[in-house]
Amino acid sequence: MTDTPRPILFRGGTVIDAVGTRAADVLVEGDRIAAVGTGLDHPGAEVVDVTGCVVAPGFVDLHTHLREPGREEAETIETGSRAAARGGFTAVVAMPNTDPAADAVHVVQFVRAQGERAGLCEVLPSGCITVGRRGEQLAPFAELASAGVHLFTDDGNGVQDPQLMRRALEYASTLGIVLAQHCEVARLTEGAVMHEGSCCSRLGLPGWPALAEELMVHRDIELCRLTGAPVHLLHLSTARSVQLVRAAKTDGLAVTAEVTPHHLALIDELLAGFDPVFKVNPPLRTRADIEALHEGVRDGTINAIATDHAPHAPETKELPLDQAPPGMLGLETAFGVARSVLDIDLARLIGLMSWQPAAIAGVADRHGGPVAPGRPAHLAVIDPDVTWQVDPFDLASKSRNTPYTGRTLRGRVRHTVFRGRLVVRDGVAQQ
Amino acid sequence: MRHLRSLDDLGPGGVVRLLGLTDHMVDIGRRAMPKVPALRGRTVAMCFFEDSTRTRLSFDTAAKRLSADTMTFSVSNSSLNKGESLRDTIETLESMGVDAFVVRHRSSGVPWQIARWTSAAVVNAGDGWHQHPTQALLDAYTLWTSLGRAPLEDGRPLAGVRVAIVGDIKHSRVARSDVDAFTQLGAEVVLVAPPTLLPPSLEAWPVTATDRLDDVLDTVDVLYLLRMQRERLGESLLPGLREYTSRFALTPERAARLRPEVRVMHPGPMNRGVEIGVDPARLAHSLILDQVTNGVAVRMAVLFDLLAQGGDTSTTVSALGDRHD
Repeated sequence: MTDTPRPILFRGGTVIDAVGTRAADVLVEGDRIAAVGTGLDHPGAEVVDVTGCVVAPGFVDLHTHLREPGREEAETIETGSRAAARGGFTAVVAMPNTDPAADAVHVVQFVRAQGERAGLCEVLPSGCITVGRRGEQLAPFAELASAGVHLFTDDGNGVQDPQLMRRALEYASTLGIVLAQHCEVARLTEGAVMHEGSCCSRLGLPGWPALAEELMVHRDIELCRLTGAPVHLLHLSTARSVQLVRAAKTDGLAVTAEVTPHHLALIDELLAGFDPVFKVNPPLRTRADIEALHEGVRDGTINAIATDHAPHAPETKELPLDQAPPGMLGLETAFGVARSVLDIDLARLIGLMSWQPAAIAGVADRHGGPVAPGRPAHLAVIDPDVTWQVDPFDLASKSRNTPYTGRTLRGRVRHTVFRGRLVVRDGVAQQ
Repeated sequence: MRHLRSLDDLGPGGVVRLLGLTDHMVDIGRRAMPKVPALRGRTVAMCFFEDSTRTRLSFDTAAKRLSADTMTFSVSNSSLNKGESLRDTIETLESMGVDAFVVRHRSSGVPWQIARWTSAAVVNAGDGWHQHPTQALLDAYTLWTSLGRAPLEDGRPLAGVRVAIVGDIKHSRVARSDVDAFTQLGAEVVLVAPPTLLPPSLEAWPVTATDRLDDVLDTVDVLYLLRMQRERLGESLLPGLREYTSRFALTPERAARLRPEVRVMHPGPMNRGVEIGVDPARLAHSLILDQVTNGVAVRMAVLFDLLAQGGDTSTTVSALGDRHD
């Protein structure tokens, strides 16, 4: 970070950003993009041949569980940052469900400092909506905002109390921050293991009804209408949720929404083998839900693809299904999974992973912006059509709970540039 | 068959095959010395992570009648209480030399997880709300023999039989396995329960459902009563036991209405006064004790099928000795 990196010249690639798509070389010098154009040359620069590849703004993940502080056996900010960098992410929003929870300035300062120490991507701490994520008392939004927090959520828990959520949005409305909701009415999902439907009925597993998500999506859309404060809806998983958000956007409300690669790619029936690696919250849903999420991505109802990267130590994923914690790895497979299953063009996919989430995270000044001279050099170099097989033992994450073991994916990040440095080179995270 | 986690592991025609094999085991049970050397040198580990005295004793007796060695693992005196994981427990037992794990667990799916960690056979003795295949086999065997042992050759020896399964279907592994067994054998199944005690979806279940026991009472050949667990009352699934009893129990009034040839079954243990308000011994055709008796023979058949040398039951049955000593 303090050393001055050697200039890098990416030669022969295609640049894709919010401005458009064009063949161009990209010269990175210091921590900035120095030049973009054809036939570039620069004495002393390391030339990286990126023929056939796409040079894009680095990805921004709105939803990463880095587990530190508190669950360092599953992930640390360093290992999670390395996984993020390998996935092409140059900024990740660290979820606040740590131990202690990120409801105080010293916790978010710690998370940010650990991110800087790792130096592989920008770790953006989120803050809790309520103290200890207990749903009782508002966290100090303004204090946390002055410490740089932009996104607030009790992720893992939805804020159950409608009065508290109303007050949270009213209080937040003048602070320029965004409240993000994990939509789950807890009383409807007690003990739930998987999607409520024909599959759980056959498998004798307690069901997580789609309604439990949709009721809270509906409530928060109406609270957004009432208060005018922006609401971001995390990891939407059901067809009706997409419809509700679509209608809210038609009404011009300040609602944004994300989906995860796994909800776009994986179906509830995968739980028929009782492997906890497929247990996630919200749960994998039906084919009809998956199709509706795809339609939401195609028509712009969905603003961002976010990973909900949720590392868990191996022994916890060997517990009985009803005791195993929910969650799956996502950072290193996100682009490949999304590219493999989504029927949209590459530029739109990159937008869903880069400039669109950057705007929601409040980092559009430095992430996701056009690949243009003078801009901060945060880049993902993508091989868009290469196929590769997921090997859980070839992941940078400290955990192994990927649901894609053995799957062949299309599209992979080859190099990642963060602050002008090649933090990932040919798929390998640098130290 | 490699495991018996659900009846699916038996493959097509497997239930009928096990009925035939159970006949041999019943014969053995009637001998003066009801024991054969078929599984000598094999070890069966009883892993009861949830308490169940009857099922464990039934499996234990079955294994011993086939001369298998047994070991018993129960949670109350186990290392699971010292923080050992399920996987470590299974791997530890397996290194002592185990050929089959008989597994009972309160969580659905545990036998499938265990089967991924061991090369031994896994027999499901009940997992959560999911499956209880040996109960279904003993229920099918009991019903088949009681109804006159229709020929097995066409694979549908219960064709034309109408069975009502009454009670808490949603949380019942017995119901899930019985539906599979009875319908595979050609029976027609009607589930009788309030909507709160049915699974959220019956899509792809080969059954009908009603909440009116009195509407089906005169049309069924078999009344299969499930145990009503009192802890369900705290979950707003029912107004109360009195209302449950009035709508779904075999009360003396309903018992008086039953045609004498109607078979009454229950997986035990019974809640007298809840799902059954009469003394089953006074019913014309209670099969409840036959179910228990046949449990041992069915479990012998299952262990034999899994563990006997060669695996081809038709040629190894001779190892059981003559049918009539």
